[in-house]
Amino acid sequence: MAAADELAFHEFEEASDLLAETPDAATTSGSNQLTPQGHVAVAVDSGGSYGAEEEVEESDRTALLQEEKQQPGFWTFGYYQSFFDVDTSQVLDRIRGSLLPRPGHNFVRHHLRNGPDLYGPFWICATLAFVLAITGNLTLVLAQRRDPSIHYSPQFHKVTVAGVTIYCYVWLVPLALWAFLRWRKGVRERMGPYTFLETVCVYGYSLFVFIPTVILWLIPVPWLQWLFGGLALALSAASLVFTLWPVVREDTRLVAAVLLSTVVLLHALLAVGCKTSRRRLQLEPTPPRNAQPKGPA
Amino acid sequence: MAKAAESSGDPGTASPRPLFAGLSDISISQDIPVEGEITIPMRSHIREFDSSTLNESVQNTIMRDLKAVGKKFMHVLYPRKSNTLLRDWDLWGPLILCVTLALMLQRSSIDSEKDGGPQFAEVFVIVWFGAVTITLNSKLLGGNISFFQSLCVLGYCILPLTVAMLVCRLVLLAEPGPINFMVRFFVVIVMFAWSIVASTAFLADSQPPNRKALAIYPVFLFYFVISWMILTFTPQ
Repeated sequence: MAAADELAFHEFEEASDLLAETPDAATTSGSNQLTPQGHVAVAVDSGGSYGAEEEVEESDRTALLQEEKQQPGFWTFGYYQSFFDVDTSQVLDRIRGSLLPRPGHNFVRHHLRNGPDLYGPFWICATLAFVLAITGNLTLVLAQRRDPSIHYSPQFHKVTVAGVTIYCYVWLVPLALWAFLRWRKGVRERMGPYTFLETVCVYGYSLFVFIPTVILWLIPVPWLQWLFGGLALALSAASLVFTLWPVVREDTRLVAAVLLSTVVLLHALLAVGCKTSRRRLQLEPTPPRNAQPKGPA
Repeated sequence: MAKAAESSGDPGTASPRPLFAGLSDISISQDIPVEGEITIPMRSHIREFDSSTLNESVQNTIMRDLKAVGKKFMHVLYPRKSNTLLRDWDLWGPLILCVTLALMLQRSSIDSEKDGGPQFAEVFVIVWFGAVTITLNSKLLGGNISFFQSLCVLGYCILPLTVAMLVCRLVLLAEPGPINFMVRFFVVIVMFAWSIVASTAFLADSQPPNRKALAIYPVFLFYFVISWMILTFTPQ
């Protein structure tokens, strides 16, 4: 009995050593990002029981991390302070990572590194809502310059509508995505699903590219506007897809294709909604406030 | 204590004498002149102040509060790194400024369509909820400023923008045109920069050094939105 226990303990140590190497390799440089995954793949192929233990280890590790994060109760201030534990350089690095997505570059593993924050998503959404309203206003001013018959009014309620839409998008869509990924967790063997906060983070930072795009939409050249819109959508959707691909890869083809196309479609709807809400200002001065296909909400 | 000193100076020990030479000459039991005061200074003058405010006239009370508010206005207009604004915080100034700004910014009752300027309540909510959000943000990032101190600073630093609103209102009485707009634009930009500088001078020190930009950016956004509301104001 004692000998068997010692053997089991030894394997436990080896597996945890392997897993301990993985986050270290991820933190040193991006080029090593692929090697830990390759390493893990080799381990899985060599022995089935090894793979099962690693799966248990990884889920234990993430569970432990989540437990550590939730150590202060959710009714204390310290609990929420743990979501804002970022420095300026980290936020800037994450924004840069979302602007330049690369195929092997998982945003969550490479930039977030199990330390998601709520600062980025919250303030990026707030900035985007205000910038949308302000540029919408500016578009009306510029349109009035060209055509004095348009009645100018500072459409202040646009801020409310834009803000509510964007915040709903960044909270409800990641919620649905996270719930769906957890439901399909049983199909996957290797990679655990992302936590809810990491999904919110990915979505929030991916919206950053729309801020300069909305400002550039002030240029009243239609094909240029569609070009900028397409570029922004491509960058943003690529960032999302590259992040979700490793998680969805092991699922069935149909589920993976449906999930990714839904994500891209919702993102496209948001982009088109942003564009349309501003274009209506040029057509008529007081647009009727009926339903616009802005987002899933 | 005196006994221990005498025993260490005992000539019977083999330890080298020079170390403890003369120690027995020091009499610890006698009074050694101690520097400083042991008694706690009574804050009697403040207590008298507190107890007497109940009996003072209403005019005295109001004038005292108005003087405090006025002094803080001066601190905002000439921002130096002083702690007066932070130490003796009050929310009278922010309330006066916010109500003035909201009264001037609200759309008139003639303009009843939805696509007008902000209502009084909208401006009020934006100012107060914006200030609360920025304060929560700076506290969550690990700043060591108290909640109401931060609200006080943010509220008082709206003063330059309120002055800009007054100037814009006066300028709008003249004929509309590009010069009109340029004057208003210039005034709003200058006052916006003044607000940012004033609030940064007070708030930046309370943040951890590698998160200063993260805490200042929401302040920038807040004053930018208020400046935008002032600039796009058109009287109907």
